Amino acid sequence: MRVGHPHDMTEYDAQGSSGMSARTPIPWPGMALAAMTLTMLNQTALPKLVLVLVGLFWLLSLWVEWLRPRPAPQMVERPTPNAPEQVTIGGIRASIEAMGFPLVVIDHSRVLAANQAARDTFGRHIIGQDARIALRHPDAVRLLDMADGESVTIRGLTGAGSLWQVTRRRIDAGHWAIELRDRTAEADISRAHTDFVANASHELRTPLASIIGYIETLVDTPEGMDPAMRLRFLNIVLSQAQRMQALVADLMSLSQLEAEKHDAPTEPVDMNALAQMVTASFAPLPGQRESRVCLTLPGDGVALTVQGDPRQLEQLLRNLVDNALKYGHHDTPVRVILDHTGADGRRPMAVLQVIDQGAGIAPDHLPHLTRRFYRTDPGRSQSAGGTGLGLAIVKHIVERHRGQLDIASEVGVGTCFTIRLPLTGARLNAV
Amino acid sequence: MVAEHLAKAFDQDISQLRGLIAEMGGLAELAITEAMEALVKGAQPLADGVIARDKKIDALEAEVDQLVVRIIALRAPMADDLREIIASLKIAGILERIGDYAKNIAKRAARIEGRTQFEPLTLLPAMADIAASMVHDVLNAYGARDADLAREVMERDAKVDAFYDSIFRNMVSFMVENPSTITSAAHLLFVARNLERIGDHSTNIAEQVYFAATGGQLADRTDRPAN
Repeated sequence: MRVGHPHDMTEYDAQGSSGMSARTPIPWPGMALAAMTLTMLNQTALPKLVLVLVGLFWLLSLWVEWLRPRPAPQMVERPTPNAPEQVTIGGIRASIEAMGFPLVVIDHSRVLAANQAARDTFGRHIIGQDARIALRHPDAVRLLDMADGESVTIRGLTGAGSLWQVTRRRIDAGHWAIELRDRTAEADISRAHTDFVANASHELRTPLASIIGYIETLVDTPEGMDPAMRLRFLNIVLSQAQRMQALVADLMSLSQLEAEKHDAPTEPVDMNALAQMVTASFAPLPGQRESRVCLTLPGDGVALTVQGDPRQLEQLLRNLVDNALKYGHHDTPVRVILDHTGADGRRPMAVLQVIDQGAGIAPDHLPHLTRRFYRTDPGRSQSAGGTGLGLAIVKHIVERHRGQLDIASEVGVGTCFTIRLPLTGARLNAV
Repeated sequence: MVAEHLAKAFDQDISQLRGLIAEMGGLAELAITEAMEALVKGAQPLADGVIARDKKIDALEAEVDQLVVRIIALRAPMADDLREIIASLKIAGILERIGDYAKNIAKRAARIEGRTQFEPLTLLPAMADIAASMVHDVLNAYGARDADLAREVMERDAKVDAFYDSIFRNMVSFMVENPSTITSAAHLLFVARNLERIGDHSTNIAEQVYFAATGGQLADRTDRPAN
């Protein structure tokens, strides 16, 4: 689709200056016929009528070529210095490219241009395709048929929970701009806030109740209590307080993750170094000869770099290894394996696996594992000091990094957590 | 990116066809999320809206049928164009089925009693989220002609199946313990079944997307063990 393309102008210009005849072919067939008839006329004696007819025919053919009324050539106005500049799609493309929000330019049906933000949101394939490929939500499809300047708020345009305000603006006859404003984060913050309050109050109530109970007992019996008993009570209070502290810390990182989940992390993170650092931090306990955690780096020795948040990726691996140590059998190793896919032409991903040998998890529980405060065995989780949020945090971190989390488990054998994170572009070629 | 055709009208036909499929997909996606919302919250107007909009999906399917027949008859497409058109025809049929499952869920919204303290109801939204995300991603894969994404969606079906098994067992034990709620619980079982079918149908679309993009068939999923 071209609007006032320079080529159109030069073509019509040439035509205007050099006149019409230069382009008009002489009516050869008519002339040839006439000449033939004239020569024949010399030899044979044809009636005058034939001569007149041939002459008329020739004149007619001349008229067809030269005098026939033609549609006036569509002149495109040459932009004079004072006139406003013509709108071209190239110009639009350049001017919308750097805008901070997705902007799509459409004609009656197709997407003509999409800026960087729009290509990031919908993919670059939308350019040249029907606008409904990008905006298939029924409300958005309705907007495509609505009057100019209309705006709709659309839930779920780019995946569950997303919220967009979409506005249609007219550029000129036949071209419109679709402007998209992401309202997801704003909507999420208020929801996350209520979730946080609900979770926190529910889960903090239990340890708080037991702390208050024991302290009341200590206060009520100022002198009568046996020192050993008092020490036991104080230890319980301490451990409950520590549990609350861990819970508050986990809730904080979870709500932090909720808040940032829409801005993809940008720092390059060396996964090899990160895995080494985290596994080394699980040092052997005193009395044990070696650490239960053993790390396997990629066989082909490549350094895997992902775009991420190093603190969160560290927390992710730490949570998984921590879980594996807790729920694996005491004397069995916890294997951490770092590898990558992409050799077979599929999308290159860093693959991080944490494998334990333990009781395993029944398949019934698997789908719910990453829910907040979901515990397969409440008693055991609490005695091991779990908050019930570890895997929820892992899931959120993986989602923020545009990765995948898979959990495979066999009862009596053990559990394998697999995390796949997209490798950065530079690595992609080298692999 | 598919090469431009000499006949511009052919490009327009294919673009229009893809637009129609996307529009159907958008309707099907919305039907799933709104049907589940209606079910969980008991919002009858929302459920009625889903049921009413299903007609629009059916109408679009008929439009796709006509367009496909016209393209094949008038333009005699070959190779990747033909694959694309055949795949679109099949996808339209599958999306219509997905719309029906969503409509079925919406119809059950009115039959759930004692919604507020009905525990099994809390298990379904997570399953619906996965099924809906499969539909969403497979439609993105269709738009982008992305065979890798299609394959990923297929692999995700195992999660929906696992959810279904888990919910099935939960629901049965719930019914044994609370016989008074069997009617409602049975409806929810069907809802879970519908969601599981939606997941399966997303993988069928993924197969078609993969076929249109590469010309190859995705290997059949290994059947999950019977319960």
